[in-house]
Amino acid sequence: MHKEFLMGNAAIARGAIDAGLNVVSGYPGTPSTEVLETAAKNNDGSLYVEWSVNEKAALELSAGAAYCGAYSMVTMKQVGLNVASDPLMSLAYIGVKGAMIILVADDPGPISSQTEQDTRHFAAYSKLPCFDPSTVQEAYDMIQDAFEFSKKYKTPVLFRPTTRVCHGYASIEVKDKEERYINKPEGFVKDASKWVIFPRLSYNSHIHIEKRNAELTEVFSEYKKNFIISETIKDYKRGIATHGISYTYTMEALDGIDSPRIMKVSTPFPFPEALALKFLEGLDEVLCIEELDPVIEKELIYVCGKYHLNVRIYGKVTGNVTPAGENTILSVYNNIAQFMGLEEKKPENDNDAPELPIRPPVLCAGCPHRASFYAVKKAMKGVKSVFCGDIGCYTLGNAMPLDMVDTCLCMGAGVNITQGIGKIEPDTKCFAFVGDSTFFASAITGVINAVYNQADMTLIVLDNSTTAMTGHQPHPGTGRTMMGQVVDKVDITAVLKGCGVSCIETVNPLKLDEAVECVKRVSSLTGVKAIIFKSPCAVLIKPEKPLFIDSEKCRQCKKCINELGCPGIVIKDGKVTIERSLCSGCGLCSQVCPFDAIGGADDAN
Amino acid sequence: MMQTNILLCGVGGQGIVLASKLIAATAMAEDIPVKSAETIGMAQKGGSVFSFLRLGENLHCPMFAPKSADILIAFEPAEAVRMLPYLKDGGKAVVNTHAIMPVTAALKGSNYTGNEMTDHLKKKVSDLTLVDGSKACEELGSPKVLNMVMLGEVLKKGVLPFDLEKLEETMKKTVKPQFVQLNSKALRYREMA
Repeated sequence: MHKEFLMGNAAIARGAIDAGLNVVSGYPGTPSTEVLETAAKNNDGSLYVEWSVNEKAALELSAGAAYCGAYSMVTMKQVGLNVASDPLMSLAYIGVKGAMIILVADDPGPISSQTEQDTRHFAAYSKLPCFDPSTVQEAYDMIQDAFEFSKKYKTPVLFRPTTRVCHGYASIEVKDKEERYINKPEGFVKDASKWVIFPRLSYNSHIHIEKRNAELTEVFSEYKKNFIISETIKDYKRGIATHGISYTYTMEALDGIDSPRIMKVSTPFPFPEALALKFLEGLDEVLCIEELDPVIEKELIYVCGKYHLNVRIYGKVTGNVTPAGENTILSVYNNIAQFMGLEEKKPENDNDAPELPIRPPVLCAGCPHRASFYAVKKAMKGVKSVFCGDIGCYTLGNAMPLDMVDTCLCMGAGVNITQGIGKIEPDTKCFAFVGDSTFFASAITGVINAVYNQADMTLIVLDNSTTAMTGHQPHPGTGRTMMGQVVDKVDITAVLKGCGVSCIETVNPLKLDEAVECVKRVSSLTGVKAIIFKSPCAVLIKPEKPLFIDSEKCRQCKKCINELGCPGIVIKDGKVTIERSLCSGCGLCSQVCPFDAIGGADDAN
Repeated sequence: MMQTNILLCGVGGQGIVLASKLIAATAMAEDIPVKSAETIGMAQKGGSVFSFLRLGENLHCPMFAPKSADILIAFEPAEAVRMLPYLKDGGKAVVNTHAIMPVTAALKGSNYTGNEMTDHLKKKVSDLTLVDGSKACEELGSPKVLNMVMLGEVLKKGVLPFDLEKLEETMKKTVKPQFVQLNSKALRYREMA
């Protein structure tokens, strides 16, 4: 063993490798992305690593590998599991031969997600065991336990950290390379009674799963990462049940307080019932401190009912803990203070502080999406139109002054939402904006649906040749894989042609006049037509020389600022100025300026 | 057991994460346990960035509660004010005076200069060091060494459980060889001035 300073996600990847990992697949999504990236960085050649086209493909690939006896892991964020839920539900009945972890990172807040869904419910729904770590060290240790359970019970298991565990760092004890377990997959052994799902098999599996889970509640009651802290107790009538990062908040908040009995739940499903009984014994009241949904709270209410225990359970159900958003050390302190009759702490409000500047996330200086949105906006000026967005950096096109995202729901949804709006509002020009990675992940079936069912809409593919939002992962349009191969790209134009899209044009959005003309021309046609705005992500290319504003020509009309909202154009000493450290020289503003005052470096000299 | 709570903050792209990593790595080299947490993701697009850093034994959580930071290291004056509730009474602050305008300020015609923030900090923080980071970077010839200039100032405060030479050793192992000399100079900028 030795010490390393690791991010939670890195610790999970390293723990998986040390447990015998052979295959890891996934689809990027905050806060899960760094798990697969760390595995790729630590690949000594023995691992197969893949950013798959979406979570469903990734889960199926890892399942296939585990059918052969491999140790596999699939990674995704919580909403990704919605996409992968079809194979998940069936795989629970089939099981695996090697070991398989389904890593799903939840995002209380939410900080960078569409929903605050709680994967612990998915565990109960799919009847799969679930692990929920509290710290970076525990995540490293627990993922290895999870592989052992998976192997022993021949079932995939869910591993669900939350954002603050995924993105926390700590100096932790990790194994040396020589201490690693090496798993050698046996290979696929044909057995139709095992690998082919049929009603008869499902019936038998269902019986087996219920029996196994009943056994697991006993096993998990003995699992050392589910525990009761009783040595330091000074309050014998109260208890606190908690989990995940909230366990660490609870321990920080209890500093200096007469501690009640504490139960930490690391396996929310199957719930460690015998341990809970031990915890509840002799208590009058219990406070449940959880993030997302009241899972432990409802389990304890169930246990109290089942065993006729007279213990009052407080938490989210009773309104004592906030139903939504993240917990903090302060919020947990106040929950405990209220529970124990202590004085609550007020948040530190600095009332006489000057007004603070707000820094909302914006499209980067030089981002080609800004140009694409602006071109469509200009082309559709005065025309009744609707702009449906999708998931990615380009959701930020909703901000002022662009104001070009009217809807956003989930990955790939924009295409058929556009179709639906068009059916009810036939006099409206309907546009669907989708990024290249999202296009491959889940927009293609939507396009086929729209074409075949005679939709009238314009599909805009914002092709910046990367998955920008999550940190530039490769996808089928990039020509790179996580194994370092350079491969043939899947051509978006050819895909659209194959789907039956009649008109497909590709244009560089940074050539504003051409782009505007293209939008006007293509959107005037009937049926499903597509424009591919092709220009690389500004973060990935070497910037051009920053532009300058000719102070003699500039009349301070601020059209550049008011129409584009580029962070590279600021007001300094009352004058419109280009921030040299941010400007990438994309030239969009110079095409917007009515006085020809913005030019390249040479013009200024 | 000694524990040190450090809060670094500023705007995405100022080198805050590297500064935090250098403190962490140096503490680890001294066998001091480290925990930290930082903003990740959308924040990189010009948003507020912070990094909680905790050194010492028996720490449960990578974050700490308000009024717990021994030192606030702010790369931007408004971000210092934003995170000020985390500074403990009598805590120290090292703040870069150069203000970074958010894109919304240009749109709405805000007159944010940063001076109103430093004035407020002077009223609130008894042990405050203001750093003209822009001037320092200009003199050193690179905008990328702001984090080293800031760390140089922080090490003079006597809050971190190691000295400048120890941090310098870590830095030498972290940055590319061609940048070692520049970063060393930046770490010692305060001594030159």
